[in-house]
Formats: sequence, structure tokens, C-alpha cells
Amino acid sequence: MHIDLRTVSIKPQRQTFDHIARRIGPDKAATRYQEGTLDVQATHNFHYRPTWAPEYEIFDASRSAIRMADWYAFKDPRQFYYGAYTLARAKQQETAESNFDFVEGRGLAETLPEELRDTVLKLLLPLRHVAWGGNMNGAFITAYGYGTALTQPCLFHSMDQLGIAQYITRVGLLLGDDVDVLDEAKTSWMEGEAWQGLRRYVEDSFVLKDPLELFVAQMVALDGLLYPLVYETIIDDVLASKGGTPIAMLTQFMTDWYAETRKWVDATVKTAAAESPENKALLEKWIAHWRDRAASALMPVAQIALGAQADALTSELVGQFNARLAKAGVTL
Amino acid sequence: MDMKVSKKKLGLKEKYQHMTRGLGWETTYQSMDEVFPYAKYEGIKIHDWDKWEDPFRLTMDAYWKYQAEKERKLYAIIDAYAQNNGHLSVTDARYINAIKLFLNGISPLEYMAHRGFAHAGRQFPGVGPRVACLMQSLDEIRHAQTQIHSLSNYNKYYNGFHEYRHMLERVWYLSVPRSFFDDAYTAGPFEFMVAIGFSFEYVLTNLLFVPFVSGAAYNGDMGTMTFGFSAQSDEARHMTLGLEVIKFILEQDPDNLPIVQQWIDKWTWRGYRVLTLVGMMMDYMLPKRIMSWKEAWEVYFEENGGALFKDLARYGIRPPKWLDQIEQDKDHISHQAWATFYNYAAACNFHTWIPTDDELDWLSQKYPNSFDKYYRPRLEHWREEAKKGNRFYNKTLPMLCQTCQIPMIFTEPGDPTQICYREVDYKDNKYHFCSDGCKEIFEHEPEKYIQAWLPVHQIYQGNCFNEGVDPTAEGFDPLAAVLDYYHLNFGRDNLDFDGSEDQKNFEAWRGMATKNT
Repeated sequence: MHIDLRTVSIKPQRQTFDHIARRIGPDKAATRYQEGTLDVQATHNFHYRPTWAPEYEIFDASRSAIRMADWYAFKDPRQFYYGAYTLARAKQQETAESNFDFVEGRGLAETLPEELRDTVLKLLLPLRHVAWGGNMNGAFITAYGYGTALTQPCLFHSMDQLGIAQYITRVGLLLGDDVDVLDEAKTSWMEGEAWQGLRRYVEDSFVLKDPLELFVAQMVALDGLLYPLVYETIIDDVLASKGGTPIAMLTQFMTDWYAETRKWVDATVKTAAAESPENKALLEKWIAHWRDRAASALMPVAQIALGAQADALTSELVGQFNARLAKAGVTL
Repeated sequence: MDMKVSKKKLGLKEKYQHMTRGLGWETTYQSMDEVFPYAKYEGIKIHDWDKWEDPFRLTMDAYWKYQAEKERKLYAIIDAYAQNNGHLSVTDARYINAIKLFLNGISPLEYMAHRGFAHAGRQFPGVGPRVACLMQSLDEIRHAQTQIHSLSNYNKYYNGFHEYRHMLERVWYLSVPRSFFDDAYTAGPFEFMVAIGFSFEYVLTNLLFVPFVSGAAYNGDMGTMTFGFSAQSDEARHMTLGLEVIKFILEQDPDNLPIVQQWIDKWTWRGYRVLTLVGMMMDYMLPKRIMSWKEAWEVYFEENGGALFKDLARYGIRPPKWLDQIEQDKDHISHQAWATFYNYAAACNFHTWIPTDDELDWLSQKYPNSFDKYYRPRLEHWREEAKKGNRFYNKTLPMLCQTCQIPMIFTEPGDPTQICYREVDYKDNKYHFCSDGCKEIFEHEPEKYIQAWLPVHQIYQGNCFNEGVDPTAEGFDPLAAVLDYYHLNFGRDNLDFDGSEDQKNFEAWRGMATKNT
């Protein structure tokens, strides 16, 4: 049975704000993503130049060599504004929480083969510093990128990376005997030979000035190789087959996060590359450069878990990476 | 099988430290100075970032959980409010102009805060403050968006909301809040934190947020009230961050004191000038008043702020400069501001009006030292003129203060009949100021303030006409051309409330909702 509930109906004067209507048409209702994103950042008549970077306006598209006629051509396919973002992450953290409970409650960490546990600690814990680097880089693009369509998802990415660093820390505290494992991992990160290529990569990314090049170095190249390698290949496949399924449960957040986030990264690359041949050429140059650096920096890290197999598996992942970027319109 | 030795249980503080500052490291492939290039140029000396006390300890998973719960509740109420035409239950349609002022003047600042805290959250070499700043950056985009989403429903039915983003960068009075935030954003990261984190979020926030949110609650606006209440627990975190910043900087090195003191003086004054708009809103725009501006200043600044500055005295901090002037001004500024908006109602995107008789009586009672003597007769005169068909609209352009960008409407301390003028000669130009405070702020950083995009100057320079407009053409109407540039719909967004489309629609719609005709 249909019940016809009524409220007094009055005709609206307009469906949305004018700057939204100019983009989507005057008679359409706007989504919350659109109203919370489109043209939200100021663009004209700034009062003062930054005392810390007087060569630029407060928000200045010329900070990047990528040129866009409209910076709101970028769309987040997840349509994340703050509310949608936190709801999505809250759901994921609930899963993560019950996974941690499951592993802890049944003492599954203690059932892991010693060797596997050591491998996980050696491989995973220094990655909390890499994630922290990801947090800094997301913050950089949020601060100095142009247009809310680009900067907003970068803050979400930044906070996600902080969350990931914290999940890794929890894994360490769960698997390790003491907080010492965190200190040991930090020593590896600072001094261990296997990690120096990656640390150099991350520190070099800290001094990049072009927000889009940084996007390439962090979101495209580093995330694009690290997550498939560590979480999808090593943890979910290789270690799981050796009795490491509890670890896969503890890092499910990262696997799910990457599967979701790469859609936004792909969409962003695709939009920028489709804009002009110049953009495309620049992106190809940047991506090839940072891909090669990321792949060689990750190789010794992969060897921690994969030994002799590392080479072949990493090359395979680079092939998949190239195929993925080809779909986004970038030829590598 | 070996029995596992049970692990040491970590305290909350220790655990949080591992979750945050344990993540950072001293870079070596790139120098720390290259990685954090803006950490030193302001002259603030920090010796040990580890001395930072985390003002709150919230890991990301907990953050997502709490915030999502708040978002769920908030949007349920926003949806219900929209579906039930909640806007028709506000006290009267004049109230809606208060939230026009909010969306146009305040919400864009929330967005700027989001970007500013991202900047600070990238640039501090200490991990603790960086995490706290980034969390605030995330909160601030929440506030911008929840405000836009709540007020979006008003935009569907009422005028003056529709071009808030465009107008922010153009309309004369909006350069006041905007230049305030541009000023903070373009300062170094430490000054930004003192300006926004401390002076604004800690010292002055109760004078901004409480009046609007309580005003909404008093006037039946559940949509606005709800986002305000929902933001409250975020604001509590922001306040503790603001206070920690000040204490941390001051404890690090005695040389920081004079720099911080100058910033506190500057930003209290800058913030106070912006709050003129709030004072006016409280005294004139809320049909159901909460308290007067003067009372709010006494409670939230003189009492609460007084206690704060007593507490900070042990660091050598004294109360901000120019408080004696503010003390005298509190009887006047809201009336002076409303008179200005009443004058310039043709060039404004919200309506103004003469208060009703009982509202005038309320003002007389709240301002016994000033209202009947200086302001009531003028309002009554304008009312008489309007009745005769001479509603006064000022068509000349006012002189603006180079610093706060408010028209020169404020009076000399001690003489409410004399407009206060100050001026400075700097590099072949003369600059004008509304007060000693604004003049001194300019003198400290003239190269910054000469850049100001002053709406009146810009109009006179011909920068506020749409492309293709010819100011030399015969019959050129400059005001009309400027309003076109503002995207202001003449006769709908502007002029007196009496006779406005908003007034008529509200009456008709409320009739539909409450009567059977």
C-alpha cells in the first residue's frame, strides 16, 4: 500500500548556488559533493602575497607546470566531501577493529611461525615512516595545490596515510614483544641498507615544489608500487600461503584503502593527461622517472620477504603499473 | 611451549606518542631546513619540539569513528529540517539576513582555515603540532561544508545567498573578513597559529560562534543551530591547540616573547574589528535577541579573556593593546555599523531595516550611555523619512581603512560625535586608518598592507566593472555597473527589508503552512 505523505509544497526560487548552477545547469539539484567542492577555493582579488612565498598569490595555479583550463575538471569518483569521507572510513575502521579483536582475542599472533613474524616486523614496521611521509606530502598538496577538487582528496589521503602509519604501529605492538620493535624499525629506516633507497626517495619528495609532480611521486608512483607489492602480493599472497593470514586481516584496511584510492588517482591522472599533449608529455616524463626510482627503492625491501623472487615479482608489478597508467591515458 | 611474558601495558600518553611523534625522523638526504623552509624566518626560536604537549590524543581510527557519528546525526537533522520547510519556523524573515551574513562572511573563512592549517600542518618541524594542525585542517573543511550544506536550503528560497563565493572576492563589506584571513594565511606558520589558533579560536571564538549559534537557537533555526552544536566538540579541540601553541612558543625561548606579544596585540585588534559585524548582527538582526554586543564583550572578553591573560602573565604576556579604546567603543560600534549598512543597503546582499519600537526600547535599555543620545534619534529620523517615501540610500563611496578595510565610521575614543581619522605617509602615498590600532599594524608591516585590495579604490580605478563595460559612455551608471560586477540582483538581494521579496514570500509561505486559505 502506498501512503501519500505530504508536506506543504512551496516552489524554490533556485536549485543551488549560482556558481554551481553555472557548471551543472540551472534546473538541477546539486549533490553535496558538488556544493562542498566546486569553486569553493578563492581565485580572485587576493589581498596580500604570502610573506613566505611572495612570488606567488595565496592560491596560484602557476605553482605547477601542469596547465588546466579549469581545475574543477578534476572529479573524485568517490564523491568524497567530509561527511562521505568520514562515513566511509568509519566503516573501514570498524572492520579493522573487529579484525584486530579477532586476531588478539584468539591469540593468533602467537600462532605465527617465528620466521614469518620476524619477516613481518622487518618489512612492515619501517613502512610506518613511509606512510608518515605520505601524510606530509598530502598536506603539501592540500596547502599549495590549486582548486578544491584537487586539494580536498589530498587532505583525505594525507589523513589516511596517518591512519595507516598508526595501524602499522598497532601491528608492531601486537606482534612485537615490546615497544622496542618500533625503535628497531626506526633504526632500520635510518641506517639499514635495505631502506636507504626508499628513505632517500621519500626525503627527495619532501623538497619537490610542484604539487602535481609531488602527486606523481607519492600518489601515483610510490603508492602505486608499494601497495600492490607489500599488501596485495607479499602479505595477501605470499605470506598468507605460509600461515600468515592473520597478518592479512590486520592490514585489510590498507588493501581496501588502496583499491578504493587508486580510482581517484587514476581519474586525476586521466583528467590532467587528457587536457593537453603538453600535460601528457610532462606526466609521462614524471611518472617514468618516479616509477623507476620507486621500483629500485622498493627492490631491497621486497627482498626482505621475497628473497630471490623479488626481482621477478617487482618487474611483474611494474608491468601491471604501466598497464594501469595506459588506461589513464599515459604511455610509459 | 614457552609461556609468553605478558607485554608491558602502554599508557594512553605513551601509546599516542608512538602513534604520532614516533613516526617522524631527522632527515639526512635532504636537510631539515630544506624540508621545513618556513620554520625560522619569523624569528621564533624552537629548541626542542619534543617538549610539545599534545593538547588532545586522538588517533585517526577514533577520529573517523566519532566524527562519522556526528555527521550522521547532523545530516539527518539537516535533511529533516529541509523536508519540513523548517525555514518557515524562524521568528521572522528578518532573521534570515543574519545567516546571509554568516554564509557570505564566515563560511569562506572556514575554508581558508582548512587550507591555512594544512600549510601549518606541513611546515612545522615538530610532529606533534603537525598532526594537531592537520586534524584541525580536516575539521575546518567539515565546518565549511556543513555550513554550505545547511544553508543551501535557505538559498533555494531566499535571496542574498546565491553568489556567496563570487561576492566574497568583490563586495565591499566582505573584504573585511576576507582580508583578515588573507592576512593570517600570508603570515608565517607561527604567526598564523597565534592569529587563528590562539587569538581567533581561543580568545575571540565565543564572540563569533556563540552569537550565531545561540541566535539560531533563539530564533527557531534548527538547521544552523545543529551545525553549530555539532562543531562544538571540534572547537574544543581547536581551543586547546591554540592555547598549547602559545605556551609552547613562550616556553621555548625568552626571545619569542616580544614577537608573540606583538602578534597578540595585532590579532586581537584585527579580530575585534571583524567582530563589529557580529555585534551589529546581535543588536539589530536577531528578532529574538540573545544578549547585547556590549554584554557579550563583557562576559566573553572582559571576564573570560581577563582570566586567560592573568594566566599568561607568568610568561610575561600582558593583555592586548587598545583594550581601553575597545572598552569605550562597546557602547557604539554595533550602532555605527548598522547605520552604515542601512546607508549602503543598495550595494549589499542582505536587507536592513529600522528596528521596531520595542526593539528600539531594548537598545535604549541595553545601551543607556549612548543609544538615546546618539543613535536612536537618527534611526527615528530615517524611519520618518522612509514613511514619507524618502528611504535614504547613500550612493557615494566611503573611505576605507587601509588595514581593517571597514569604512571610516568609528569615532574618536571619548568623543562619539567625531569620526576618528589617522593617516600615514609611506612611499609617496597617503594611507588612511580608522584607529590607532589599525595605523600601528600598518606601520609594522607597510609592505604587506599597501597590497590590500580595497573595494572602493578598486571601483575608482575602474577594476569593478564587467568586461566590455564602457565607463565613458553617455548615461553610464557606475553603481549599476558595480552591482552587475558583484552579480547582485537589484531589487531582490538588496534594499530595505520592508517591501522585499523575502518578506513577501515568507509571509505567503508561512500562510500556506499555517492557514487554510
